[in-house]
Amino acid sequence: MKLRAEKRIDSPAWMTVVVTLASVCLAFVAGGVFLYLQGVSPLTAYRMILRSAFGSVYDLSETAVRALPLATVSLAVMLCFTMLIWNIGAEGQAFIGALTAAAVVRYFPMEDRLAMLSLMALAAAVAGGFWAGVAGVLKAKWNVSEIISTLMLNYIAIRLLEHFVYGPWRDPSSLGFPMTRPFIPQARLPQLWGTRIHMGLYGLLILSAFMWLALKKTRWGYEIRIMGSNARAAHYAGMNYARSVVLVMFLSGAIAGIAGMCEVSGLQGRLQAGFSAQYGYTAIIVAWLSHLNPPLSLLVAFLIGALLVGGEALQIGMGLPLASVQILQGLILFFVLGGEFFYNYRVRLDFGRPGFGGER
Amino acid sequence: MDEGKKSTPLVEMRGITKRFSGVTANSDVNFSVEAGEVHALLGEHGAGKSTLMNVLYGLYAPDGGRIFVAGRPVTFRSPRDAIAAGIGMVHQNFMLVQTLTVWENMILGLKGTPFVLPGKKIQNRIAGISEQYGLEIDPRAAVWQLSTGERQRVAILQMLYRNARVLILDEPTAVLTHQEAGRLFRTIRRMTEEGHGVVFISHKMNEVMNETRRVTVLRGGKNAGAAMTAETTGEALAEMMMGRKVPLDLYRKPMRAGPAVFEADDLRALNDRGLDAVGGLSFHLRQNEILGVAGIAGNGQRELCEALVGLRALTGGTVRMGGANLTNASPRRFVDRGVRYIPGDRRGVGMAPGMDISSNAILRRYWSKPVASGAFIDWKRSEKLSRQIIRDFNVSAPSPRTPVRNLSGGNLQKFLMGRELSDSPKVVIVMHPTWGLDVAATRYVREQLLAQREAGAAILLISEDLDELLALSDRLAVLYRGRFMGILAEPEGVPPEKIGLMMAGTWISEALKDSAPENGSAKEAAS
Repeated sequence: MKLRAEKRIDSPAWMTVVVTLASVCLAFVAGGVFLYLQGVSPLTAYRMILRSAFGSVYDLSETAVRALPLATVSLAVMLCFTMLIWNIGAEGQAFIGALTAAAVVRYFPMEDRLAMLSLMALAAAVAGGFWAGVAGVLKAKWNVSEIISTLMLNYIAIRLLEHFVYGPWRDPSSLGFPMTRPFIPQARLPQLWGTRIHMGLYGLLILSAFMWLALKKTRWGYEIRIMGSNARAAHYAGMNYARSVVLVMFLSGAIAGIAGMCEVSGLQGRLQAGFSAQYGYTAIIVAWLSHLNPPLSLLVAFLIGALLVGGEALQIGMGLPLASVQILQGLILFFVLGGEFFYNYRVRLDFGRPGFGGER
Repeated sequence: MDEGKKSTPLVEMRGITKRFSGVTANSDVNFSVEAGEVHALLGEHGAGKSTLMNVLYGLYAPDGGRIFVAGRPVTFRSPRDAIAAGIGMVHQNFMLVQTLTVWENMILGLKGTPFVLPGKKIQNRIAGISEQYGLEIDPRAAVWQLSTGERQRVAILQMLYRNARVLILDEPTAVLTHQEAGRLFRTIRRMTEEGHGVVFISHKMNEVMNETRRVTVLRGGKNAGAAMTAETTGEALAEMMMGRKVPLDLYRKPMRAGPAVFEADDLRALNDRGLDAVGGLSFHLRQNEILGVAGIAGNGQRELCEALVGLRALTGGTVRMGGANLTNASPRRFVDRGVRYIPGDRRGVGMAPGMDISSNAILRRYWSKPVASGAFIDWKRSEKLSRQIIRDFNVSAPSPRTPVRNLSGGNLQKFLMGRELSDSPKVVIVMHPTWGLDVAATRYVREQLLAQREAGAAILLISEDLDELLALSDRLAVLYRGRFMGILAEPEGVPPEKIGLMMAGTWISEALKDSAPENGSAKEAAS
């Protein structure tokens, strides 16, 4: 008897729905077993997650606050993934963006809010783009694996930011916490509707629509998709792969950099160590779960945001340790990502005899 | 084991039926192999040949029917059972471990091998089999160092090493050069003399007619006919395969070649490893003419094609079209000038297989009007274009939204040809256009090339199939190590052995010493 996986020739649309629902259900069952072993009632825990993420307008807004950077960074990596370039360094690019924005606030404070914010965004985009562009150039020129180079650049970016917030930029009145002085008001992105959601939301909506349009409808997007599908066919069509790698990496890093700037300018109002809660990595999962579809990534980011908010609630409300919450979140993501496999493959039980071969 | 009794076949398959989730691949198929015969199994793609042979080789369990080995009923649960019963299969992509040596590959998966491998003993046995069947090979060579032809010998050796009495050869000549194929047939004759039975799967009708004793034809998963090879004709077999009359001979209309539209002078280019691949080629392509290029694989064919369409940098020489100098021009300039390229590696180079037909239809024209409109792509128009290609080139595809990877080999090639040929090209560079295609698709592709010739295109046809080259070419160049050994002005009159000599590196003047002197323009090649 053998288990065989066969690639599906075509995946019907309803498969997406069925597979996603089934894997989410399985995820909650497995998570429930885990919670039960922790001595926690699964039903109570799940109710708490749902209530804390969606229970009130305030809860919804807090979920959206988590979703905002996730969605933005997922758009950044999505651009690379479409071209089959594995930018694992969005985290670092966001750090560099945040760091540069903070530097602009520190050294070039301005009276005019629009000018201040524009300069911060521009600086963050250029710096983030440069950070990713380095990996792009290495890839284009010497075929250096972008997976390794972007990952390594993450560590440099994180340490660089820590150097400044622990050292020269540390707020003397912070009681030793690694953070800068609060930004001047002109450097704060306005928040909306009395919630902590900031103006970056508008930017995100525009960006996702724009990216969808660019990838689906323009010649440039077509080139990116062809290069992602078959680089040799792209060469045959006279496309310039090397140039596109650098450009796409730069744009991706620029978006991630702006995401980092928005986080410090719109939410925290100062630069501090560990400001991002690993958004750069979680965003990779968001991009993947949304099948590299920009508008869909907004929804997925919102759901993952709910998971993050729910996790915090479990820690506070049920006294679960952080590790348990992360295991639960990991389990859920594991099942949902695992479901992708069934979307692309069908599994057959092969008994080596006729009549038993079944399809799942 | 075998007493040479003619009445009991080595292997007999009776009433084999095999279904895959509702699709019947084999329905009540009978097939047998006798000792000392080569039995051809013919059929179009999808006729059920592979399924039948995979059943015989133990990869699939049949849903109905029985298999008899030397008259006794057997059940194969895996290829291991089939091999134990003396049935061996040589797949097209030989299932060898590249990093191991030849002798290590022999004992792969064999039970009862001692913990410390008796290398010498195994090598001696290989040497014995090699000599017996004319399968020369160095047992200590690593497989990755071997040529395709040598790998095939290893794969055959592997089966003989396991005492296979019946060998299934799945399109064995598709990957071989002319010379290597001749060598394979000598081996096959030795095997049948020794009492082996051989199942020979091929699309090449002349091989079937010359090298086999019996033919069985499948069509739509059923037996469509069987015959002794000597008592039938290629036309009759083709009719059995397709269920309708198909003339095998092509009609190449006599035409006067027009003016030269594409000129290459002293062309030089490197291969991917930076070594000389094209070493100073000069030729011109003329309207209404097909210039064939014969040669054994790996003599610079791919590099030549790429150099001619801007996909590979020239290290010397010039390319001109009309008055325009296209030396080291971008691929797009070639396309915009009316140069079309049909690459040999259709899926790997010619298409983005994961994307749909519409997206692939515009691959080589998306940058110019009317498909491009400003920065955008007019998807309505590209869909219309794909419908047109699907219709005009008989591509069987459900819709322009179908992913290209779902197309069969023949349909993919028709679509590729349609994309490159649908807007009256001036120059067509085409490589291995019928490689791996079945009879009907092959014929269609060749007809399309001839139609382009009649419509005024200048065509460069690169192929390893000498029959194809002779049937289509007006002139024939022979490529050897990146150089033309000569260009034959009237290839029909030249005996194939002489072309073979040139393919092995003999200059035209030497090869044609006792032929008519006016045939051939060696000066064009020598530079």
